[in-house]
Amino acid sequence: MPIPCQPCDGELGARRASEDAGRRVRHNQLVSTIVAPGEVQVEQPRSVEDLERDRPWIVIVWNDPINLMSYVTLVFQKLFGYSKAKATQLMLQVHNEGKAVVSSGTREKAEYDVSRLHAHGLWATMRQD
Amino acid sequence: MEQRRIERAERGGVTVRLPAEEQALLLGLAGELRAGLDAAPGDPSLRRLFPPAYDDERDEQAYRELAAAELLDGRRHALDLLARTVGQEHLDATEADAWLRALNDLRLALGTRLDVREDSLLDRLDPDDPAASGLAVYAYLSWLQEQLVEALSPVA
Repeated sequence: MPIPCQPCDGELGARRASEDAGRRVRHNQLVSTIVAPGEVQVEQPRSVEDLERDRPWIVIVWNDPINLMSYVTLVFQKLFGYSKAKATQLMLQVHNEGKAVVSSGTREKAEYDVSRLHAHGLWATMRQD
Repeated sequence: MEQRRIERAERGGVTVRLPAEEQALLLGLAGELRAGLDAAPGDPSLRRLFPPAYDDERDEQAYRELAAAELLDGRRHALDLLARTVGQEHLDATEADAWLRALNDLRLALGTRLDVREDSLLDRLDPDDPAASGLAVYAYLSWLQEQLVEALSPVA
């Protein structure tokens, strides 16, 4: 039965999480095939994978010549609850240095933040830190 | 000095005073972008509305599959709400937010088409420039957007 999407923004994160789970399974299967028959199968170093996965994702907003400086500041305040001072400082960093990291966290959170920034017309990308 | 069109309303939301010809202009621009999004959302002139999230191609494709429809719907909805409320003298918070996003999308689409590259676009308003009328509209939208942003910005 489909899970009701309330609020709808949550759908992205949930679907992404299940995709990640799928990827992990595939990866583990791949690892297990290289273990020689009869060899004692030691616990796979899951921790490496988990550490990899746990490394935070960062959301970057890039400078563009169209979005108004005041608008970018307002969007940062609205989406992330930043103070006027913090939002202004981030906006100026984008403007002067070409980009700024505006949020970070799990992959799901970063993707959610990127999609909200995209909905507001900001040029945002994400990558693992 | 030009009269302000948009100001913060004491009862919440914003007050709007748009002359009829400016209402008609916004209605026309919103309809045009709406038609463009319906006909060909992947058109290069609209690429700035749908920037990539990932460097990695496969990740990006997965993001598109998840997010593209929702982003497109949000844009259509904001443009429709702008069109429906263009003659109103007061906008509540939801309507004002739709205007904020719709005006920005109009600026992004027009700015991409005009290849706006720098902030000081008024330097480029040469009457003989074939893009001059487009730039004038772009400047108008920016002026309106600046007022709306000011009216909606929290003070602290």
